[in-house]
Amino acid sequence: MLSGQSSGHPSVQPAVEAVWRIESARLIAALARVTGDVGLAEDLAQDALVAALEQWPSDGVPGNPGAWLTAVARRRYIDGVRRAVAFERKVEELGRAAARPAEYEDPMDEIEFDTHVEDDVLRLIFTACHPVLPRDGRVALTLKLVGGLSTEQVARAFLVPVPTMAARITRAKKALAAAKVPFEVPVGAELNPRFASVLEVVYLIFNEGYAATSGESWYRAELCDEAMRLGRMLSALAPDEPEAHGLVALMEIQASRIPARAGPGGALITLLEQDRGRWNRLLITHGLAALARAERSRHARAAGPYVLQAELAACHARAFAAADTDWTRIVVLYEALARLTPSPVIELNRAVAVSMSDGPADGPAAALAIVDSLADDPALRGYHLLPAVRADLLARLGRPAQARAEFERAAALTANDSERAHLLRRAAAVNSAP
Amino acid sequence: MRVMVLVHATEDSEQGNYAGRVGEFEAMGKYNEELVKAGVMLAGEGIEPSSGGKRLEFAADGGGSRVIDGPFAEAKEIIGGFWIWQVSSMEEAVEWLRRAPFRGQTVELRRILEPADFAGLLPPEVMENEARLRAQAAAATDTEG
Repeated sequence: MLSGQSSGHPSVQPAVEAVWRIESARLIAALARVTGDVGLAEDLAQDALVAALEQWPSDGVPGNPGAWLTAVARRRYIDGVRRAVAFERKVEELGRAAARPAEYEDPMDEIEFDTHVEDDVLRLIFTACHPVLPRDGRVALTLKLVGGLSTEQVARAFLVPVPTMAARITRAKKALAAAKVPFEVPVGAELNPRFASVLEVVYLIFNEGYAATSGESWYRAELCDEAMRLGRMLSALAPDEPEAHGLVALMEIQASRIPARAGPGGALITLLEQDRGRWNRLLITHGLAALARAERSRHARAAGPYVLQAELAACHARAFAAADTDWTRIVVLYEALARLTPSPVIELNRAVAVSMSDGPADGPAAALAIVDSLADDPALRGYHLLPAVRADLLARLGRPAQARAEFERAAALTANDSERAHLLRRAAAVNSAP
Repeated sequence: MRVMVLVHATEDSEQGNYAGRVGEFEAMGKYNEELVKAGVMLAGEGIEPSSGGKRLEFAADGGGSRVIDGPFAEAKEIIGGFWIWQVSSMEEAVEWLRRAPFRGQTVELRRILEPADFAGLLPPEVMENEARLRAQAAAATDTEG
């Protein structure tokens, strides 16, 4: 799959690729700390990978492949600096190392490479997700540098030609260098917005995979797994950040429903109609545990948007049958989420919860009032779920003619084939009702 | 993909001599931490020696079962612990396992079957019923834990 570096022996290539996936983030991160340049760090790491593809078929995979790659990459760096006489200052910096040649001749030598590895990886994540980059650049760079995916894999996952993705990654690395982004974990007032950007990138990757339908390419669906892996890494590296645990919980609980989402022929099955027996219980258990960790690390702080969304997902995960759902709690959670990040989409979701809740002020009529108050919101213009929700409420309120018209309007607005089919089925069902 | 890592018991682990294996446990703790930090580990547990275990043998004709108390004879046929990992390939699982601090032991990697593996093989009622029972059992676990 690393077809860009396919010079290796076929039988050893999967092993090299696996080593790369495990080691590349730490390798690039350690090199970036030494060189202060993420782009250069990645080039050096890639050089080491090429050397591995050349040498491992005859020598075998070394006992400590990470240390092997590190030693080769570091030698390339030192050789490069030595040759580049123009970089006098760098040579001077390395003078100390050059005085001890034996130290970098030993391929197992790690010196300071292994000392701050975890901090380095965290720095790498923050750098790849730096707000100086456009969103698609952050996503691509994170998958490439932190996830250990090849440019080809990232391109296939995002359905763009390989040269386009390669150019995007190059642009991103140049932008980091041009902005002189320091290789560090931000502190003080900068930390929160920077951390929010990291969480956003991971969730964007997840949603890219989650939006893929079952018939689509393996690479897209695999993005969910990759995002969950990145999220777990992040929560292990920053265990005091409740939002990191919240994001992991949110992704795992959402992903637990993937096996139940598609019916025969790939038709979409909505959350409440899904066969909950198909939900992946291991992911649910894992997600609920992550949510508990989020709560424990939160202390007196208010729940953030990812913790709240994870709580919402957990309400569904905990209900054995759709009828057992705690809608009253869901309404409360949407209210909290709307206060934190006001949005008409959240209001629409809150309306659905209100329609299902049996609280004294709740029910379909109260929900319809909320939905109608959103009708002129420019942010929802052309958004198919607005008429879809309205249609459902009208049907439940015994207004079939209006409901049918709204379902048809929603069907005309959606770009997703299986969703359109679903909405048209609902329109037809309303029509045939007494 | 998910992979199950089956750690076979050894004569030593069957003795249940935990106090004499502190170093081993420390190394394993570090290794587990690596797995967690890489986002690979979904679950993992050690299992007590087979002396506390039971086996049930089911008659071929479906006419009931027989309970056999542990310990069981062949250590290498006994499971001493397991992990469930999320990895991108079997090769990645192999690379992770190579890093584990085992000595003189056999450890097995097996891909966990996903619903897609059964698609079209079993009648839909059978699959649905199985899935429902599994969910029921797991739902009980969720509320406890």
